[in-house]
Amino acid sequence: MSDPKLTGADILIKALRDEGVEVIFGYPGGAVLPIYDALFKQNDIRHILVRHEQAAVHAAEGYARSTGKVGCVLVTSGPGATNAVTGLTDALMDSIPVVCLTGQVPTHLIGNDAFQEADTTGITRPCTKHNYLIKHVDHLARVVHEAFYVARSGRPGPVVVDIPKDVQFAECAYVEPQVTGHKTYRPQTRPDPVRIDQAVELMATARRAIFYTGGGVINSGPAASALLTKLVRMTGFPCTSTLMGLGAFPASDPQFLGMLGMHGTYEANLAMHGCDVMINVGARFDDRVTGRIADFAPGSKKIHIDIDPSSINKNVAVDVPVVGDCTYVLEAIIELWQARHKRPDQLALKQWWAQIDQWRKKDCLRYEHTDKVIKPQFALERLREAIRGRDHYITTEVGQHQMWAAQFLPFDQPNRWMTSGGLGTMGYGLPAAIGAQVAHPDALVIDVAGEASIQMNIQELATAVQYRLPVKVLIMNNQWMGMVRQWQELLHGSRFSESYSHALPDFVKLAEAYGAVGLRASRVDEVDDVIAEMIETPRMVVVDMRVDQKENCYPMIPGGRPHNEMLLGPAENVDQATPEQGMVLV
Amino acid sequence: MSNMPSAATADAICRHTISVLVDNEPGVLARVIGLFSGRGYNIESLTVAEVDITQSVSRITIVTSGTRMIIEQIKAQLDRLVPVHRVRDLTDEGRFIERELVLVKVAETGEKRIEALRIADIFKARVVDATLSSFVFELTGNGEEVSDFIGLMAQLGLVDVSRTGVVAISRGPGGL
Repeated sequence: MSDPKLTGADILIKALRDEGVEVIFGYPGGAVLPIYDALFKQNDIRHILVRHEQAAVHAAEGYARSTGKVGCVLVTSGPGATNAVTGLTDALMDSIPVVCLTGQVPTHLIGNDAFQEADTTGITRPCTKHNYLIKHVDHLARVVHEAFYVARSGRPGPVVVDIPKDVQFAECAYVEPQVTGHKTYRPQTRPDPVRIDQAVELMATARRAIFYTGGGVINSGPAASALLTKLVRMTGFPCTSTLMGLGAFPASDPQFLGMLGMHGTYEANLAMHGCDVMINVGARFDDRVTGRIADFAPGSKKIHIDIDPSSINKNVAVDVPVVGDCTYVLEAIIELWQARHKRPDQLALKQWWAQIDQWRKKDCLRYEHTDKVIKPQFALERLREAIRGRDHYITTEVGQHQMWAAQFLPFDQPNRWMTSGGLGTMGYGLPAAIGAQVAHPDALVIDVAGEASIQMNIQELATAVQYRLPVKVLIMNNQWMGMVRQWQELLHGSRFSESYSHALPDFVKLAEAYGAVGLRASRVDEVDDVIAEMIETPRMVVVDMRVDQKENCYPMIPGGRPHNEMLLGPAENVDQATPEQGMVLV
Repeated sequence: MSNMPSAATADAICRHTISVLVDNEPGVLARVIGLFSGRGYNIESLTVAEVDITQSVSRITIVTSGTRMIIEQIKAQLDRLVPVHRVRDLTDEGRFIERELVLVKVAETGEKRIEALRIADIFKARVVDATLSSFVFELTGNGEEVSDFIGLMAQLGLVDVSRTGVVAISRGPGGL
């Protein structure tokens, strides 16, 4: 007897269930109605209705980043798919596993400029890890299984599966997920032992070593974070992290130097500049991190651990490339390090730490506290105290508040920090927080936002309210697109072109209009109470935190400058110091 | 990296012929070409055709140029595309044969027409079409020979050129 036939829509749901999908973030439309009908008739998979398809992808990213699972999105053809493009690009840049199912017009109409038709695979080809257009229902189950495999394997990323409406109605037998490997896509996860040997020997000779860790450690899973922590403590070397890697190594550990890069700490950047051996674990030498490439960590030998061979020698030439999954690589390094009883020169290490402690004394994150106006850094310090000891998930939008959050909030565990690093997508934080809250209904999920960014996906307040998600949005409202204003002040002669947030809504009333709770703090003595009330309120809360309009985010390495030319505060005049060529950089 | 070039040769631009075996699925060529245009790499020539009908596998031959770092990057980027089976740098892996086919149309009378035929003979080009006032020559050779032939024909009534682009294969018994 042959297997019973199912419709394409039912096959899709069955395949998603077999891939472990529990939640889909989506928005219905004409080309996905059969799938929504199939969703209606089952109870295994929960659907979260967003208010814009971009938010569906960000929510799936927040879900994926906070759980380590693949996020799942369902949108319709045409505008549904094109609206998802920003989210897909965001997931590609930050290596977040997402499978996005898009409806498509029936196969016989493809290419005819049909209603709500877009060349979805054409449009999303450069912004996905891979994509598929399913021309026949026979391929549907296999392709969906493959899409999940591709999304989560190797360097994770977004995968689009475009499903024409007639395929959703057509019938065939279901195909179970295959256990055998993929025909062509088999990324290397186990490291080459020769490279492990070279890495261990190089690390053992180091006098001024540093760990530079990134989002790859988070993607590799909690085991990688534990192994990293073990290795850092075993070696006694200092450790810094990229924006995407925060939480992989506990920020409260004395060996942690804070984030590095454009708005990283003084000690992290100078230690990178002065190191003799750099151990890059799952980071990609992004331009926000390296500053001027020619002057990046001069005189250092570099080990680069990455699962993606194309990340190696892309921006910076390295001495020991190690291709593999961080978990396996760190495991192998620790094993060999112990087997050979390695112990780096302790005197040199002591001197290195003495030097780092000198840099730390600069206290580079200090700011001028005042009673007259709420400094954004102060608000985040108070938030840090208020959430200490609680299970919390932090998301951000993009801009000054994002950098301050990275600098001031505590990240002691992986998968607790979700931010748009590579693409820098304003409007990321609220939907990502929704995704994280769906995955962790009882946890404290806070979107640290700016008043400009939050308006890019403000409609998602309705989503949070509909599903009774107690997400907290803490708007650091300085009435400016703060980072734009900062660059204009520092690099464009204070000509504040179009960066003022005119006609701002009353965020408290806005929250109330959506059925959420609105709070406001305008004075320094209100900060603690408002934060406490925000945390204690078991509902969606929006806080309008009125902060200093003129505060800038320091330290800062201006574009095109090396790590050792940081600006520590407003007293330093960037105007004279910034070369013309620096201005053209982003 | 142990095979990283010295500083002196790092910036030298060199030409590489790269063979890529891919699953012959819709969009695979667009993926390869999009990678080159999106990341700003050069394509001097790109050819593609199915080479295994039962397995539905196509072979793409790309001639590109760049610094050593760029060439390595191109190969790594190609290799991580999902439908790519294998990427081989023929230039790096020893001796290989490169061939290109060209069709060249010349329209001229008198002495120039005779000279065109004579040069075609020297290059061992075949006449595949003839009228009283024109020839179409077919020539197979490496890229340089083909370019030389076209260069000469340009002075002898060249009307039209159609080149296939380079296909290549390694010498010796080893396969891709």
